[in-house]
Amino acid sequence: MAQQVIDTPRVTEQTDTPAARVARRKAALQWVAVHALGIAAALFFVLPFVFVVLTSLMSDQQTLTRDLIPSHWEWSNYRQVWNTPGFLGWWRNTLVYAGLGTVLTVVSSLPVAYALAKFRFRGRNLSMMLVISMMMLPPQVIIIPMYLFWAKQLDLSGTLWPLIIPMAFGDAFSIFLLRQFLLTIPNEYLDAAKVDGCSELRTLLKVIVPMAKPGIAAVALFQFFYAWNDYFGPQIYTSENPGAWTLSYGLDSFKGAHHTDWNLTMAMTVLVMAPVILVFFFAQKAFVEGVTLTGVKG
Amino acid sequence: MSATYTLRSKRRRAALRALAFMSPWLIGFGVFFAYPLISTVYFSFTHYNGIDPPTFTGFKNWSYVFNDYPLFWPALRNTLWLVLVMVTCRVAFGLGIGLLITKIKTGTGLFRTFFYLPYLAPPVAATMAFAFLLNPGTGPVNSILEKIGISGPGWFTDPSWSKPALTLLAVWGIGDLMVIFMAALLDVPREQYEAAELDGASSLQRFRFVTLPNISPIVMFAVVTGIIQTMQYYTQPLVAGKVASGVIGGSGQQFEPGFPDKSTLTLPQLVYTLGFQTFNYGASCVVALVLFVLAMAFTALLMRRRGGLIQAGE
Repeated sequence: MAQQVIDTPRVTEQTDTPAARVARRKAALQWVAVHALGIAAALFFVLPFVFVVLTSLMSDQQTLTRDLIPSHWEWSNYRQVWNTPGFLGWWRNTLVYAGLGTVLTVVSSLPVAYALAKFRFRGRNLSMMLVISMMMLPPQVIIIPMYLFWAKQLDLSGTLWPLIIPMAFGDAFSIFLLRQFLLTIPNEYLDAAKVDGCSELRTLLKVIVPMAKPGIAAVALFQFFYAWNDYFGPQIYTSENPGAWTLSYGLDSFKGAHHTDWNLTMAMTVLVMAPVILVFFFAQKAFVEGVTLTGVKG
Repeated sequence: MSATYTLRSKRRRAALRALAFMSPWLIGFGVFFAYPLISTVYFSFTHYNGIDPPTFTGFKNWSYVFNDYPLFWPALRNTLWLVLVMVTCRVAFGLGIGLLITKIKTGTGLFRTFFYLPYLAPPVAATMAFAFLLNPGTGPVNSILEKIGISGPGWFTDPSWSKPALTLLAVWGIGDLMVIFMAALLDVPREQYEAAELDGASSLQRFRFVTLPNISPIVMFAVVTGIIQTMQYYTQPLVAGKVASGVIGGSGQQFEPGFPDKSTLTLPQLVYTLGFQTFNYGASCVVALVLFVLAMAFTALLMRRRGGLIQAGE
């Protein structure tokens, strides 16, 4: 009690000068302004999701009105979409493409990234430049010969193999990202492993892989989402065979077949988006780390 | 003598080791990059429909694409429009959101998640959502605009609004730029702000003379990678055009690309249309090479020896 009495004058003396009061008021105003702006921006990013979900729960009659909120919640829309012929096949195909593709990409890209980050050899800079060039190349540039190669020479069009097999031969973006990550691992660990008599392959597996887990997780996520989101690849190679369609490609044709049924189309849209958002909540950190790595100097 | 010998064999062993580790990519480079690229150049000088063997025709495809193909120049113009407006909007908005998030002190994690999520939405799904949100008749956006007394535009069905609508969709997905800018902004040395404050700099001056110079490499990086991404812009304009034009039926339906009135046509779409709808592989390869030259020119900007934004070496 006594102490408070003693303390009080000192505190007021410090904070009650006119200048301090102005500064405090300015800080409070700024706090309000920043958060108001933040909420406005957040609405811009979130409202589209909200409207999509709301519409997915409307009756098809109500989608033809200007209502924003369903008058009756039609949960059966989701059942109806789920029972679309071939829909479960699209899920399976997407999981095969994304899952198998991710594993192959990581396994084939890691040793390349390791060599580019930690080995000294002639042609290393040139190789790195070519990796970056490949990364920046629009896929359409080489699609005609690639299509002819897979469809005419190997007779694999109508399947997912033309999309999956190339991933066993290193992916430029993944190599780039992993190399950026491996550069941050101090060489002393590698030297120590070498002193202990580890071969390069053993060093990669026993020293690098455990330390590079966050980088590997980021690459795996990016590759998984790349395949999940890919539209061009499945369109080129699987359009003729609905049995090989993926969700992203199937959604497009679903809209085609259900021209005016916005409620069903939006329910399908939610189902295609949902896994991506779910995975993000479990792996937020790896994702943000990966994005940051693409933006830093190598 | 023996010293140089061991040195040489050591070097050779190092080279072989690098070769072994690089082999997956070396094969990939040859089969999925070098060979198709050379083939694209070759096909661009031939008449080829995929059935009859290719016959050499010199520059006929090139002259056809540049002089007689009615979709090439609109597509190039659209691509340049998108590069100019969409990239500018994305970078400006991404930087703005990045700045905002570094200033927000309460609920930062929640805000960051909100700003980031749209970036993850699959392009087809996101485009489908926006085609619905912006549909002129019953879409929520025009409904809300109507309530406050504005009659909304036709968005994806109006040639003068379709590209702004695509820009809106692209701005919605700036989560990646936000993260990159946020990291760069947090890296700006605090002492420089303190020094500027002591000199009496206003917050605008601090942004202009401290923040911008420090993050300018990242801004440049965002601009150049944005341009390269726009060179590949394919799924969103295609799906938006398809939905807005009301194409009914499965994959077999031929879609007139660029709806409405060629306004959403981009160069990658021409590669598809020429190659896979009209089976004019030669002309398709010409457009592909135009894309290649544009993308590589900007990639070179990223990797210039000095001042490049991505460095190959150490």
